[in-house]
Amino acid sequence: MTNYHFNFAIVWRYAAKLFDGLLLSIELAIATIAIGMVIGLVLALVEMDGPRWVRPFIRGYVEFIRNVPLLLLVYLVFYGVPSAIDLQYDATTSFVVTLAIYSGAYLVEVLRAGFEAVPKGLIEAGKAIGLTPVGVLIHVRLPTALRIALPSLSNTYVSLFKDTSIASAIAVPELAYGMRWIETQTFRTVEVYLLATPIYLVTSYAILLLLRLAERRYAITR
Amino acid sequence: MTLFLQTLPFLLDGLRITLLVSAGVIVLSLLIGVPLGCVLAFGPLWARFPIRIYADFVRGVPILVLLYFVYYGLPAIKVNLPSLTAAIVALTAFKSAQVIEITRGAFQSIPRGQTEAAKSIGLGLLDRFVHVLAPQAIRRFLPPFVNSVVDTVKGSSLVSLLGIVDLMLALQQVIGRTHVALPLYVMGALMYFAINYPLSTLSRRLEKRFI
Repeated sequence: MTNYHFNFAIVWRYAAKLFDGLLLSIELAIATIAIGMVIGLVLALVEMDGPRWVRPFIRGYVEFIRNVPLLLLVYLVFYGVPSAIDLQYDATTSFVVTLAIYSGAYLVEVLRAGFEAVPKGLIEAGKAIGLTPVGVLIHVRLPTALRIALPSLSNTYVSLFKDTSIASAIAVPELAYGMRWIETQTFRTVEVYLLATPIYLVTSYAILLLLRLAERRYAITR
Repeated sequence: MTLFLQTLPFLLDGLRITLLVSAGVIVLSLLIGVPLGCVLAFGPLWARFPIRIYADFVRGVPILVLLYFVYYGLPAIKVNLPSLTAAIVALTAFKSAQVIEITRGAFQSIPRGQTEAAKSIGLGLLDRFVHVLAPQAIRRFLPPFVNSVVDTVKGSSLVSLLGIVDLMLALQQVIGRTHVALPLYVMGALMYFAINYPLSTLSRRLEKRFI
């Protein structure tokens, strides 16, 4: 620290920008997780119970998405798709769609592993008490699979929250964008990072702790 | 087709940087992460504590923010790194934290009975580590590590945001010149896929075999 004079007052004046950014980051994460979970659940179920011919398509989607950088997918959806077909959307919508498609690929795997770990005896017990296949799914397989998958799900959710920072690359005004914006306005680089990094850290932790509580509450005792 | 052939050499130049950054980050983070991970698994509490803090801190922050911090933040305290160095430093800081966790997890997954059995036949600390723990740990280490290599190649695309002409930025530049966006993005995606898919397949195979 060679004679660096801290000046938090200037940065503090823009604190609202960080707060708004954080709110948008959280909103992006929630919207993405909601859509991603639907994609993940539907595809995991179709892959397990659906017709054989759809499996290669689901595998193809999962493998393609998981092996390509998120940044590239974000550009592809935001700049690439509108250039080819006449479809207009704003950056935020575009990012939510991209991240949902991206997270869907990870969630299929997590949820499928959860479903596969549901004990066979439990499913048979469900059938034995007269539940229909849909009944077994809703009352037995789904709740058990979700509980088994919770630890992996919380990891995926936290990394999704961190991935919302990529939205700054297409100028969605979330937290990372707010950081860079204040930096270019004030040139108080160190202060901006000292304020904003803990915000990411604390939020990531809050998500993790909340889900750990859920894990403990809903843990399956064998 | 001619467009692809014309732009290919330029994209391959970018690809070279992507691979260079990824390889550098992986080698460095192995050198840092494996020893620290061993300390986290076996070391005394006072040594584990700072490593725990480091790993948790770095993993709680987006890579992009670390990247910006090293490149834009450090110059304020007179640490000026050229963009490529800054990128490698930031990505290595992030990857090391993951390697620390993978190493710790690999050692901790070995049943306690193994250590006790080794002790009971009179093996010393070093022999226990070399002949009993390490050979088993490496099987647990490899699958998640190979997966983390895939992550590194993907994450290296963020260096384009610091103006480093990796595959991602080369792609952007070609698109800027030719105004052909979608086909070129798809082509770039397939190039990343071609590198990463064999690695993810390898990771899955290793997992089936070892875990």
